[in-house]
Amino acid sequence: MDANLVSVRDLRVSFRLGKTRIVEAVRGISFDVPENATVALVGESGSGKSVSAMSIVRLLPDNAIVDPASRVDFGGANLLTAPIDSLRRIRGKDITVVFQEPMSSLNPVFTVGFQISEVLRLHLNLSPKQANDRVIELLTEVGIPEPKARVDSYPHELSGGQQQRVMIAMAIACEPKLLIADEPTTALDVTVQRQILELIARLQDKHRMSVLFISHDLGVVGEIADRVVVMREGTVRESGPVEAIFADPRDAYTKALLACRPRLDVKPKRLPVIDDFLAGGGRPIVVTEDRVARPHEDKPLIEARGLSKIYRLKTGLFARKSIPAVQEASFSLWRGRTLGVVGESGSGKTTIGMLLMRLTEATTGEVKFDGTDLLRLTDAQMMAYRRRIQIIFQNPYASLNPRFTVGQILAEPMKIHRIGASDDERFERAAALAMRVGLAPDSIHKYPHEFSGGQRQRIAIARCLSMQPEVLICDESVSALDVSVQATVLNLLLDLQDEFAISYLFISHDLAVVKYMADDMLVMHDGAIVERGSAEAIYESPQHEYTRRLLRSIPAGYRPARG
Amino acid sequence: MAAAVEPFPGEAAGRSQGVWAAAWTRLKADRIGTFCLAVVAAFMALILLSATGLVAGGWQVEKGVPYANPTFLGDAPNIESQAVDLAAPKGPPVDISDIDPLAPKYDEWGKRAAEIQTISPPRAETLPFGGDRWGRDVLAKAIKGAQISIFVGVFAAVLATFIGTVLGATAGYFGGRAGDLLEWVYNVFTAIPGILLIFAFAAVVGRGIDTVILILGLTGWTGIYRLVRAEYIKHASREYVRAAQAIGASHSSRMFVHILPNISHVVLVQLSLLVVGFIKSEVILSFLGLGVPIEMVSWGTMLAEAQTELVIGKWWQLAAATLFMAVFLTAFSLLTDALRDALDPKLR
Repeated sequence: MDANLVSVRDLRVSFRLGKTRIVEAVRGISFDVPENATVALVGESGSGKSVSAMSIVRLLPDNAIVDPASRVDFGGANLLTAPIDSLRRIRGKDITVVFQEPMSSLNPVFTVGFQISEVLRLHLNLSPKQANDRVIELLTEVGIPEPKARVDSYPHELSGGQQQRVMIAMAIACEPKLLIADEPTTALDVTVQRQILELIARLQDKHRMSVLFISHDLGVVGEIADRVVVMREGTVRESGPVEAIFADPRDAYTKALLACRPRLDVKPKRLPVIDDFLAGGGRPIVVTEDRVARPHEDKPLIEARGLSKIYRLKTGLFARKSIPAVQEASFSLWRGRTLGVVGESGSGKTTIGMLLMRLTEATTGEVKFDGTDLLRLTDAQMMAYRRRIQIIFQNPYASLNPRFTVGQILAEPMKIHRIGASDDERFERAAALAMRVGLAPDSIHKYPHEFSGGQRQRIAIARCLSMQPEVLICDESVSALDVSVQATVLNLLLDLQDEFAISYLFISHDLAVVKYMADDMLVMHDGAIVERGSAEAIYESPQHEYTRRLLRSIPAGYRPARG
Repeated sequence: MAAAVEPFPGEAAGRSQGVWAAAWTRLKADRIGTFCLAVVAAFMALILLSATGLVAGGWQVEKGVPYANPTFLGDAPNIESQAVDLAAPKGPPVDISDIDPLAPKYDEWGKRAAEIQTISPPRAETLPFGGDRWGRDVLAKAIKGAQISIFVGVFAAVLATFIGTVLGATAGYFGGRAGDLLEWVYNVFTAIPGILLIFAFAAVVGRGIDTVILILGLTGWTGIYRLVRAEYIKHASREYVRAAQAIGASHSSRMFVHILPNISHVVLVQLSLLVVGFIKSEVILSFLGLGVPIEMVSWGTMLAEAQTELVIGKWWQLAAATLFMAVFLTAFSLLTDALRDALDPKLR
């Protein structure tokens, strides 16, 4: 890794929004991608990392304005001013891109073989027969089983991980010099993520190409990158070799990013947040005191036994196929404690939350809440329990009605459950709740779209609190948030648990977050609970083979002695 | 791509603004929207004035000569208005008094006729925007026609939208058996040719404005039903509706308080399209003799009359009806667009 393959100099990109507004997304950044190396662009949403990378191949939306003084040098030419024809020869051949969402990056109406061979025919002028042979070779290389049969599969016949492998096969088809991978593993399960990371590392090494790896996850970056560029709000905060960034970060923001991610080895009372670092002038106040779980009471608050949900699909005129989403799940939730549920997509962890809330009706089983079986209640009887069990959904952008003001969102449940005497009183309470979850008091007059993701999740939390619930189901509640925002929301959840002794059912695919939050834990796989126990015990000595595999897959960040 | 999400400036500061107040603020900022609102409001005022008889009350008065020219085309020849002179018979007149048994009475009848002779008021040679076949003022007719046409179009569209929205919401939200049943009704309705359905309704209910509204409303709901149903299917499984269910909101609250405002743009756009469509349908119905009664005027009846006039070069009735219709419908469509944007807090 000596010469620079791509050097980005003074890149400025703005976006025209509306008629008059221009927002600067990238404010004059410079970085180099050396030959035969992996460079990672790290940052949170809005940091401009994707825009910077896409500027290299000019794959920007129409409303983007690139400053004329910016330069992207590649092979002796400035790609930003290169004629579009020569750029098209470079795109897909010398520089290729792998996107985040494999499902939407592949065209659903063409076979994967056709889509890969399209690149070959365009750039290398191979005959159909040659192209087909090369496709099979590529599919073998990216580790797709039975490549000869898979050539004729359609994207939907493949799993998410296999789709991403196809995307990678397409990207390396013409032996590119630079592969831009834009959050290639974010949409994937943790075990699949591990395989894809290993694949990219292997291919990089084998083809001696360069990789520009974009990610929000420092854990992933630490494993794969040689050099790291940390971005925030369109500027480069820090860049350097991976060992320097991880072992000796200079910038306060980099330090904060490294610190605010929950770690597997410690469990402090409170997670450090970005503000601790930026405000403290690089001398953060780190809480080292361990968090102590509330002791078990005599009886669990919720006891679920033999909970099952089986979907029946019509496969013919009379034929029915049963698809179990959850099978025979039994667990207990104790007052003031957190029960973590981990599993990959399709493991049935979300269904468990839905069954408890009766947002989905269970097929069999019982859920005893304070001795009453919730599943046998009529809708009217259930109303009294609705306010005692609440749920916070994953996507803060979708779970708030865009037509309601925050005040209306917070007051509605109080109105339904006749909390508060008048609308005025309810709005007063709503304002108080908004302040309790860390929002400005005047935010109750605003609409959800005026808030960021983290603030919206606070609104969702406040909505649940308005009913003073005893149980809160957090269904991937922090998964859509940036790491730094995640830390603040997790801190809020812990404070609320302390204050109101709320029990959490904490559902997540993110093992580090669950490890931090949970006192007790369930591991789910294919609809069944494969392991249960205290969080510490499971992480320290996992008994089930699947649990071990999950734990092995957690991105470990930079380790000096990585092989 | 991670775009920077910024709260937009403007109404962020200050006291609570209700949904409607905020929408009004946004509508006022939309220049085209405000202009269209003014046009539609002007039409509404015109309708009110004509309904109370202050304007165009005398549209039936034959004030001009037949096919009176518009004032601005005063000197154009108008041969249709001239009394037809029967050509004098050729050859010398033949005196047949001798054999005519009524001959002695002619003088007497002549005298009597002179006594009761009526004075017909002088007819204007030109009218502001011309006259029709009987010399009625086309401008007055167009104003009076606006009253009937807009009344019919708007009310029929509101009726159809109401039926379509309620049925579509029910079918989309509940699905299952209720959905199947409504789909069945929808299929039956769309399987019958529209014009046949209209004839059937007209034959049963009789003729009149209310009938026209009823006919159009009962036959026109199918398109909006389909769209609203699709939107409800999509929204019913959205997380914010799930969240509403989780806090214990009832079905009707979820259907109409939570989901409906979020799909109101579909309903509004359909409503405006229906108003346009129904005003045109009314033309067809009137042409077929199933529309507004003969003693009334609508843009539809005007257009129907205009066909024969156009052949002899009298274009103003067609022009008046078309101009009124085009201006109103364009303003109305643009206004609904502006309204949709104003009601959507996410859009700017």
